[in-house]
Amino acid sequence: MKSIRLGKGLMTLIVASFMGSTASAGMLQSVGKGEGQVNIVAWPGYIERGTTDKAFDWVTGFEKSSGCKVNVKTAGTSDEMVALMNEGGFDLVTASGDASLRLIAGKRVQEINTSLVANWSEVDDRLKNAEWHTVGGKHYGTPYQWGSNVLMYNTDTFKTAPTSWNVVFEEMQLPDGKSNKGRVQAFDGPIYIADAALYLMSAKPELGIKDPYELNEDQFKAALDLLRIQRKVVSRYWHDAFVQIDDFTNEGVVASSSWPFQVNIMQGEKKPIASTIPKEGATGWADTTMMHTDAANPNCAYKWMNHSLTAKVQGDLAAWFGSVPANLDACKGNALLGDGGCAKNGLGDFDRISFWRTPVSKCNTQGTCVPYYRWVTSYIAVLGGR
Amino acid sequence: MLAPANLVSAGPNRGVFRRISTQLYQHPKTFLTVLLGPPLIWLGVVYLGSLLMLLVQSFYSIDEFSGMIKYEFTLRTYGELLQPANLDIIVRTVTMAVTVSVFAAIVAFPIAYYMSRYATGKTKALFYLGVMLPLWSSYLVRVYSWKLILAKEGALNWLIEQVHLNWLLDIILATPVIGGPSLSISYIGTFLVFLYIWLPFMILPIQASLERVPKSYLEASSDLGAKPAQTFRTIIFPLALPGVVAGSIFTFSLTLGDYIIPQIIGSSRLFIGQAVYTHQGIAGNIPLAAAFTVIPIVIMAIYLTVAKKLGAFDAL
Repeated sequence: MKSIRLGKGLMTLIVASFMGSTASAGMLQSVGKGEGQVNIVAWPGYIERGTTDKAFDWVTGFEKSSGCKVNVKTAGTSDEMVALMNEGGFDLVTASGDASLRLIAGKRVQEINTSLVANWSEVDDRLKNAEWHTVGGKHYGTPYQWGSNVLMYNTDTFKTAPTSWNVVFEEMQLPDGKSNKGRVQAFDGPIYIADAALYLMSAKPELGIKDPYELNEDQFKAALDLLRIQRKVVSRYWHDAFVQIDDFTNEGVVASSSWPFQVNIMQGEKKPIASTIPKEGATGWADTTMMHTDAANPNCAYKWMNHSLTAKVQGDLAAWFGSVPANLDACKGNALLGDGGCAKNGLGDFDRISFWRTPVSKCNTQGTCVPYYRWVTSYIAVLGGR
Repeated sequence: MLAPANLVSAGPNRGVFRRISTQLYQHPKTFLTVLLGPPLIWLGVVYLGSLLMLLVQSFYSIDEFSGMIKYEFTLRTYGELLQPANLDIIVRTVTMAVTVSVFAAIVAFPIAYYMSRYATGKTKALFYLGVMLPLWSSYLVRVYSWKLILAKEGALNWLIEQVHLNWLLDIILATPVIGGPSLSISYIGTFLVFLYIWLPFMILPIQASLERVPKSYLEASSDLGAKPAQTFRTIIFPLALPGVVAGSIFTFSLTLGDYIIPQIIGSSRLFIGQAVYTHQGIAGNIPLAAAFTVIPIVIMAIYLTVAKKLGAFDAL
């Protein structure tokens, strides 16, 4: 019985993919009857159907009202998302800023007709034309959620919030009278070079850094020099959120760049932990729901995009993930998020966040920049003490 | 020789399987082809093929400006491999693999010796279980629990404080290079976890080779007046050496390729496995990742040649 059903599903998938490839020649002009399903590549925790926690479910209701079954494939990294979209067979992806432009450049996602997304008007105006999904005036998706990397600190050590990122970059005495050596952490991904560049933007304005993701040779070198100084005070770089939580709990670490996720978990455990965005600002991420060029289920995909922007979904998700909604109506009257939830997750910090992008050699602010793969080799060298 | 003609003429009413079986019996070459063909194709195409693809990739290079892979033959990627930062990674990994193998042998030998010479019945079963049991639980869980054990405010530190040996730990941790702020953030920590995780792979081959040392040799040795140390040096150890080398093949190659342990325990300095993962997975720099993979292949090839000379494969 099961195999028959599976076979049938496969057939519809194959048939649908043939139909899809012909239908997607142009942008959809009207949303018709649903195809019965929609396949989405998403970050873990982004599309919940109440299986982890009953209160967090924004799929079941959609499936009932639209008739589109939602199939989710989770991906742990942006590269995995790009790989899955290149393979095909998916309709939508919740892509971060580093993946979204690659997907557009590779023609893996299609322009969307915003007039078919009724809730588009509800989208935060600051996100409507954001450069990570709008290219040449064309929209390649609907904003989903965003958030920032925060400076997490131990409130026993810091009676008042640190005002600058310098506590994790340079050796200094912390308010408790001891050195920060061995008691601070940094992220172990090469993109962390942007955090150093962001700090240098205000610490060394003479370098002329305008955008932390667009660095010329000199600026890149300055950022690496700063990271080499940091290497002396950082004993371990964090990679896994739970290892970082353990390091703050058992290893005497008192300050680090982090995600709201870790902060929420530790505050939930009543640990003396808080977070802040220092005066230099912070790096962050903004995700977009994008549609595959050969989406087999375009009608259901449009229905989902519209659904994903409703205030209820946005609020529930923000509460679950510790992120900020793209639809600001979600900030009021959502039971799970609470009225202070958006502010707590960083709503007011939008202008102070440099959203994550893949560094490319052809850049806007200064002609030629250092491309991402060199960020990787250089960062590995810094970690190794070179 | 059999008379095949008789077999064939035994009657046309035999089952089809019987006929196939007869055919195969009469044509041993066909039989061998049918039997070994599929696994050989698997080995040749899937295994060696992908290895070859990998090797080929390492001769491409990544374009400086666009970050795209250039499909032209070049040795530039290998040149990049010789940069100090990358050489550091290789030296670090190989040193760790050698140290882990040596210490694993030292720790494993007495255990294996007891298992094969003295333990009987229930004790023996208990030893086997003790060695094998860790292999049944998740590798990740064991590594994470070691992080908790080695942490600054973890179990081991607590114990050391109870017996007032902090000063000793501080001296050990103050050692340059291998030390660090705490056990879980130092090479010592990484080493201890590697040692723990791979120890069963060292114990079992040594135990197998020790069991094969005939008891009569030892008796003869003592009858002829050899001291225990002499017996060990001239009889037991040489005969068990293939087992030690066989075990070290496991510990050495497993340490060489691991990328999880140094990520969770240690000071964030990369090992070869992590470098491959980062270059391939995050940066899309497949040529450099491939070149990095060639290093352990070369090292292992040399190692296995030496191991074969020492008779390690007789003990597997």
